[in-house]
Amino acid sequence: MADAISTSGLVKTFGRTRGLDGMDLRVAPGEVHGLLGPNGAGKTTTIRVLLGLLRADGGDVVLLGGDPWRDAVMLHRRLAYVPGEVNLWPKLSGGEVIDLLGRLRGDLDYRRREELLERFELDPTKKARTYSKGNRQKVALVAALASTAELLILDEPTAGLDPLMESVFQDCIREVKQQGRTVLLSSHILAEVEQLCDRVSIIRSGRTVLTGTLIELRHLARTSIAAVTIRPPSGLSTLPGVIDLKLEGRRVTFDVEIDQLESAMRILVDHGLRSLTSAPPTIEELFLHEYGDFMAKEAAHSATDKAGTTPAGPGEATP
Amino acid sequence: MSDLSGTWTLVRFIGHRDRVRIVVWIASVVLLVAVTAPAIKALFPTQGDLDKAAVASAANDAVIVFNGPVQGLATVGGEVAFQVGTGMLILVALMSLLMVTRCTRAEEESGRTELLRATSLGRHAEIAAALVVVAAMNLTIGALTVAGLIGQQLPVAGSLTFGASSVALGMFFSAVALATAQVTENSHVASGLAGAVLGGSFMLRALGDIGDGRLSWLSPIGLSQKTRPFAGDRWWPLLISLALTLVFLYVARTLSARRDIGAGLVQPRPGPARAPRTLGTALGLAIRLHRGTVLTWAVAMFILGIGFGSVANAISSFVGDSQTMKEIIAQMGAGNLVDAYLGTALFLMAIVAACYGVQSIERLRSEETLLHAEQLLTTPTSRCAWVASHVAVTLVGSVVVLFAAGFGAAAPYAVLTRDAGQVPRIIAAMLTYLPAVWLLVGLSTALFGLLPQAMGAAWVAMAAYFVLGFFGELLKVPTWVQDLSPFQQTPHLPAATLTLLPLAIITLVGVGLLGTGLAAFRHRDLG
Repeated sequence: MADAISTSGLVKTFGRTRGLDGMDLRVAPGEVHGLLGPNGAGKTTTIRVLLGLLRADGGDVVLLGGDPWRDAVMLHRRLAYVPGEVNLWPKLSGGEVIDLLGRLRGDLDYRRREELLERFELDPTKKARTYSKGNRQKVALVAALASTAELLILDEPTAGLDPLMESVFQDCIREVKQQGRTVLLSSHILAEVEQLCDRVSIIRSGRTVLTGTLIELRHLARTSIAAVTIRPPSGLSTLPGVIDLKLEGRRVTFDVEIDQLESAMRILVDHGLRSLTSAPPTIEELFLHEYGDFMAKEAAHSATDKAGTTPAGPGEATP
Repeated sequence: MSDLSGTWTLVRFIGHRDRVRIVVWIASVVLLVAVTAPAIKALFPTQGDLDKAAVASAANDAVIVFNGPVQGLATVGGEVAFQVGTGMLILVALMSLLMVTRCTRAEEESGRTELLRATSLGRHAEIAAALVVVAAMNLTIGALTVAGLIGQQLPVAGSLTFGASSVALGMFFSAVALATAQVTENSHVASGLAGAVLGGSFMLRALGDIGDGRLSWLSPIGLSQKTRPFAGDRWWPLLISLALTLVFLYVARTLSARRDIGAGLVQPRPGPARAPRTLGTALGLAIRLHRGTVLTWAVAMFILGIGFGSVANAISSFVGDSQTMKEIIAQMGAGNLVDAYLGTALFLMAIVAACYGVQSIERLRSEETLLHAEQLLTTPTSRCAWVASHVAVTLVGSVVVLFAAGFGAAAPYAVLTRDAGQVPRIIAAMLTYLPAVWLLVGLSTALFGLLPQAMGAAWVAMAAYFVLGFFGELLKVPTWVQDLSPFQQTPHLPAATLTLLPLAIITLVGVGLLGTGLAAFRHRDLG
């Protein structure tokens, strides 16, 4: 089956800045795909191109087999969208907004609407002007989830929700997934992505840095090991891919890359393994691992920029 | 004084943010006065010319309604105050009330005030800052106007009185706008309410000036003209203005101290849990979003119409059999003085009604920037259908607004003259301006599609049409420039005869602009 979403080399410029700079994204039908990245990475821009709100300056993009710019109206019959910043018509009530969007899409399931209102504890009679940020988000979520669209595009949908509502949201997404529908979920809440997503794409500066299943991505990071052995394990310090090695008598802790895990285990077993805890890398670590390097480089970069523009103090060498 | 802390910072902030707006306002008003004085001198080179014009104006109620009371018309200064006075006072009042609303309620509505209030800003700092900025604008206009008039060798005392009257009126309407900004959550309604006070003051003084002048004392504009610049110069009527200003300031301050941020005096009620059947299409939503605006405009224009219509009857009773008047009427191409007056009144109301059209299309842009459009356009609603829904409602809305204006003008006149035939005649005359209003709707739509950041250009065009209409002859603007205005091109019924060709051309241009806007919007990014 063809991909629900596929972009390659997507470019979008805003004046001199590049919002998207060769973005590649593939979302298979029926999967929940996480789009991860810090603020300003290009998550929302990507989504706006996919929705035909922005026109790409370069690259290819196919959404549900069509061109999101040219075939916007036709494609929008098959998708539902929750924007990152939900702004509602201040004089309409929440219920009116849900009905309006559902009727425009043409697939509002009224029974599901009532059920969702109850689950999200949303009062549909309040005027949108009086809703809090979280409640506005709930309006958009109910409107999208009450549809039967085959693709849901959600842009940081839980940013204003409390933990209780966050878990209601996660249940809803699991139900959607069971129905075989596709979800593109942009987020910077890593725990949420870890809970829900089959595959993730990590983006920064308008480019995909990493993409794959969580299992595949974990391969790229290190596993943390803490062990107790009968004899102090020798040979670990010379094993490539082992870092942060700490030996305290018979206790040893270290991080090891996935492809050296087996060798490391062998050494531990050979030295009489008595206790072992191993922690797989969390998505946080993946994120920091990828981003740490990048941020460090950026920081160093802007620091030299500053040094170049501010006058150097007496006695300092000007670069 | 902690209630006012941070005022100065805000003043500098507004001064920076609105620097272009402030300069344009000041320059337009001052220029208007500055070019009028030499124009009057050129128009009436000798004392004999001035005397002749004075006699003609004094007998012409239609002119008095729009220009002001007859005082000192045989002098250059008096003639300047007569020709430009009322127009300038209206501009200054509009400037003051729009600036005040912009700096107070509009900021609050957008949520930016909340951000500022959370800093160490005093409770009354925004009000104070808005007042300081608008006062500074009014004083600058006053000072430059006085300098300009004295520079034209006009009497110093008269010039000072003229400048001071304008400052007093500007401050009065700043205070009114501050008070209305406390009453409602919606900044458009706030400036609309203050605008209604302005319309009322214009009407009261118009009725007063063509009568015995007593009604004019009830009007703030009238009070500013009772100072008799260049015709006796007395300052004490401004004390009444000042007292009224202080009353409105006190009201504004009291209301502001009592209410919550973001709130008006009227609390929002809960709405329906389910949408009515009509709210399910782009057009249904557009009707829902626009109906309040159309209704408000229709009522406002109806009231404005009633004002002009009531004056028409007062004029008819004043028509004498002076030979001069007959000549003037013949020059205007009208059958009688009332028709000449109605021709100008309907023309003025058409320009005001076109403001509805421009404002209504601006809704497209605000729907876009507020990200409401994003939610519609990600449903199977095409861009064309979305724009067309707002345009359609606006086109129909302009019919409603013009009809209300025409009916308002016709009703009192028909009742007072016991001539029901006046109703369809005046309404039809008002509706002749429909193509011109639609052309402005088209212009706004074209700007929305092509240059959404420059939608304000439609207001510049509106201002230009207004100035051309009222001062075009006086300022000797070349005919081809005057012909650029669709309002000028429209036959000024009932003073003129109906010709269809210009109306057809205006309609075609409007349709072309609409099409351009629709086509351009399909090809641009949203946001």
